[in-house]
Amino acid sequence: MNIDSIQNGYVIDHIQAGESFNIYNYLNLGELDTQVAIIKNAKSKKSGRKDIIKIDEITDINLDILGYLDSNITVNKIVNGKIANKYHPKLPEKLVNIIKCKNPRCITSIEQELPHICELTDRENKVYRCKYCEEKVN
Amino acid sequence: MKHLIDIKDLSTDEINELISVAKDIMSNPDKYAEKCKRKKLATLFYEPSTRTRLSFEAAMMELGGNVLGFSDATSSSVSKGESVSDTVKVVSGYADIIAMRHPKEGAPLVASLKSEIPIINAGDGGHNHPTQTLTDLLTIQCEKHRLNDLTIGVCGDLKFGRTVHSLIVAMSRYKNIKFVLISPKELEIPEYIKKDVLEKNNIEYIETNDIEEYMGKLDILYMTRVQKERFFNEEEYIRLKDSYILDKQKLENAKEDLCIMHPLPRVNEISVEVDDDKRACYFKQAKYGKYIRMALILKLLEIK
Ligand SMILES: [Zn+2]
Repeated sequence: MNIDSIQNGYVIDHIQAGESFNIYNYLNLGELDTQVAIIKNAKSKKSGRKDIIKIDEITDINLDILGYLDSNITVNKIVNGKIANKYHPKLPEKLVNIIKCKNPRCITSIEQELPHICELTDRENKVYRCKYCEEKVN
Repeated sequence: MKHLIDIKDLSTDEINELISVAKDIMSNPDKYAEKCKRKKLATLFYEPSTRTRLSFEAAMMELGGNVLGFSDATSSSVSKGESVSDTVKVVSGYADIIAMRHPKEGAPLVASLKSEIPIINAGDGGHNHPTQTLTDLLTIQCEKHRLNDLTIGVCGDLKFGRTVHSLIVAMSRYKNIKFVLISPKELEIPEYIKKDVLEKNNIEYIETNDIEEYMGKLDILYMTRVQKERFFNEEEYIRLKDSYILDKQKLENAKEDLCIMHPLPRVNEISVEVDDDKRACYFKQAKYGKYIRMALILKLLEIK
């Protein structure tokens, strides 16, 4: 199967096979007006199968969350048909409504409207803590 | 505008400034008697804590201000399910500063995100209680005349006792502090306090389950309660509880100028026979709590 290569935009590569729809949703790609392609079960030299997402425009979309979801993911930023930048997204400093605090003593346990905000407190060990009660959430 | 949610919100300079203002209030109370005239403190206590609430109210009154509020959630509009944010937005229209006590961790932080007036965390569950820590620091400063060069014994439930954890974190800012951690095996200090606070700041510490072993070395003895519900079985509790009750006999080898502290209320962990000992500072400590809260209210209201 062939998908046109893009001139300007992002190729999110090495997504674990089957995860592309979740990533699509986490990134709110449904809200973009631009062309987005999801390629499921592409052949991968490393892991047999992988998913790929292509976004046909350079936007200010925040891809940091990918660093938390799957550190194997690579992002290729394409400018004028060439890879301008290839990187593994870093762990974001803050996650909003991605992980829920499960501490029954936390204010989030009784106030449903509150956003679940988690902050990275230990990058080395990938530890996130609830902003409100400071319990580890992952 | 500044809030006090966590003791870490204050720099060492700010803490030192609060201590010096509190000491000035103690020596010149008249100078401060009208500083908060026509200002109101709202005490929003979602769970009862009479001691803390009275301390805040007395503090505001001694500054010439007024107080309003509620002392438990069942008797107020919040029992109808109003969110902390909404309550605080409403109260912002009535008062100039809020002291909030809440059984849920993080509630005062949530309040501070939406409040138009300063919020003081007066205890959120077992999480933070920064004015208790400030009280402890003022007590140490007034009784020992220094916050450096101290050997501090902390005794009792070191596993769940967050007052003790906060005190250790706060004292780790100062120089040449040593800790003697006295607890039964079951209630030892958590690993993260040892690793992330004590060892990270190169603070010397000794762990022991014998209150008398290092008594003669201590400048401060901070007692806390050993709660029955923390034990797996009754026998263990009965076997251990008496070993952590401070009495005259256990103080035999203590220094003449030891300072005995306790966050109160006490149950039986300090025998009443110790109360008359000049080294018992826990009732004075409660009084210092009022003065440091006065200094804090002035600071947050930006009144000089
Ligand atoms: Zn939480």
